[in-house]
Amino acid sequence: MKKECLYTLKKQYRDDLNIYGYRFGRGEKAACIVGSIRGNEVQQLYICSQLVKALKRLEEKGAIVEENEILVIPSVNHSSMNIRKRFWATDNTDINRMFPGYHAGETTQRIAAGLFEAIQGYHYGIQFPSFYLPGDFVPHVRMMETGFQSHDLANHFGMPYVVIRQPKPIDTTTLNYNWQIWNTNAFSLYTSATDRIDEDSARKAVASVLRFLTRMGILRYTSHSGYLASVIREEELTNLKTGQSGIYQRYVKPGEEIHQGQILASVIDPLEGEVLGRIVSPVDGIIFFAHSAPLVMEGTIIFKIIEQLHE
Amino acid sequence: MIKEVVSVGLAVDECLRIKKNVLQPEQLTGDEKRICIVTGTHGDELEGQYVCYELNRILQEHKECLKGIVEIYPALNPLGVDSISRGIPMFDLDMNRIFPGEENGAVAEYVASQIIEDIAGADLCIDIHASNIFLREIPQARINVNTAQRLLPFARRLNLDFVWIHAAATVLESTLAHSLNSIDVPTVVVEMGVGMRITEEFCHQLTDGILCVMKDMGVWSGEAIEPKKPIISQDGEVGFVNAEAPGIFVPCVEHWRNVQKGQRIGRILNSLDGTVEQEVYAPIHGMLFTLREYPVVSCGSLIARVLGGDFE
Ligand SMILES: [Zn+2]
Repeated sequence: MKKECLYTLKKQYRDDLNIYGYRFGRGEKAACIVGSIRGNEVQQLYICSQLVKALKRLEEKGAIVEENEILVIPSVNHSSMNIRKRFWATDNTDINRMFPGYHAGETTQRIAAGLFEAIQGYHYGIQFPSFYLPGDFVPHVRMMETGFQSHDLANHFGMPYVVIRQPKPIDTTTLNYNWQIWNTNAFSLYTSATDRIDEDSARKAVASVLRFLTRMGILRYTSHSGYLASVIREEELTNLKTGQSGIYQRYVKPGEEIHQGQILASVIDPLEGEVLGRIVSPVDGIIFFAHSAPLVMEGTIIFKIIEQLHE
Repeated sequence: MIKEVVSVGLAVDECLRIKKNVLQPEQLTGDEKRICIVTGTHGDELEGQYVCYELNRILQEHKECLKGIVEIYPALNPLGVDSISRGIPMFDLDMNRIFPGEENGAVAEYVASQIIEDIAGADLCIDIHASNIFLREIPQARINVNTAQRLLPFARRLNLDFVWIHAAATVLESTLAHSLNSIDVPTVVVEMGVGMRITEEFCHQLTDGILCVMKDMGVWSGEAIEPKKPIISQDGEVGFVNAEAPGIFVPCVEHWRNVQKGQRIGRILNSLDGTVEQEVYAPIHGMLFTLREYPVVSCGSLIARVLGGDFE
């Protein structure tokens, strides 16, 4: 294992921001793994720290196949994480909306450019991002439909689901999209948490990455076979919204099987305690995403459901 | 007549409401042109508030001169204006990156779709921005090169100092202006002043310009000035200056002035050890149309933009 500083941003009022990379093995640029880019992505940071630990042990045992180099970058934006901000601390811009970056540009464009330069040219790029709506997911691999992506490869993570997203204009400045445009097979791994640590899904995420690296011939490692993934297109998910606003009570978890007519959640009058409405499942299926904050606005998407097809 | 464009229930006893004031002649013929003035997409940009007030005042004082429909939307992001946050508070989203929105999407996308639906069909929309808290801008229109032909006739008459025709970028396809232009509502983005402040003189200048355009379009028969002739520029002639060291930026030139190539614009100072971190120079000869207002800078912070050429 070699720790190196990939990029430094000089600061005046606090310590410099140093972005560290951990290199394992040597030779061809095989895989690059990027953890937390936003300041609230604590689970993502934790997963990468566990990956660094696991890869260090595997390397010591000679488990990295010759002529393969793996680079892990656990944290890009601890300047924000340390002061509990999600976006860049001084101007609130999002580094994950600045790719491929620009060396002579604004601060976060420079950080993105510095990072992107260090992580280009890898065969596989794996990122642990977060979603903009507060809530929990079924662990899944997400890919963008850029014309360069390959669903078959995504299956090798052995995660239960692979989700294909049709990119919108705003996606064209994310790391995942730009990796693909620059010929890296890019995957985004979502686990069940962001700003808190979920041990179980973190362990599964580490296992998924090790499984993927093994199946790609980069690691020698005995891994459990994992799931045979179902491939879903994002637009096929059924969105369930709440018609009321108030205090939200959830009765089901991501991954749970649900039935048509089942009550999934209630919204309670925040002043008087009475139930204002119940959210009833219109279909049989599996909860893919569930809103997690205790309050809801009218029209909030509180569940995304994978509809079960009856044959 | 004040109308609600969209409302969404918040958790406890309150609704997010986007409102507009519709001003129109008492007798409608059905042939009236309709102009929408929108602002407050970014909650920290306030220059548009004063323009909305002034337009409201002038049009209501001279009702007899109003020959078309003017709709004033002072706050597309009312929760942002109220809470001094640039984005939509609960979502941490830049509202100008979610258009055209989606009726069945998440709340912010639904709101965006309702705004578009409400403005659709207008003969002109002016989207007033006020830079951000970091940079001061001279009154200018920003136009995507693909829409320049259609929008220049309006932008020239808005009494602005500058029209910046910039290159198209995919990510900008999610702005309000792009979405409206693509459904045939000519939409001009105006940037002026600085965030969290009101620059009265700029607000009067733009208000006068809006009245000119209204008069051109037959919406207003009252008094209107002859507008300034703006400098019109393509992207290539703009020089950027970014901070190469962190510290405190103190300018030594005034905004909206000519500078020579290599002329000092200001300095970045170190308050801990009393040194000068960087002397900042103009990259090209021209007019300083953007100047850093907020003193604290990081590596990369934009300090100035200079439009190349000779200006009086
Ligand atoms: Zn703005």
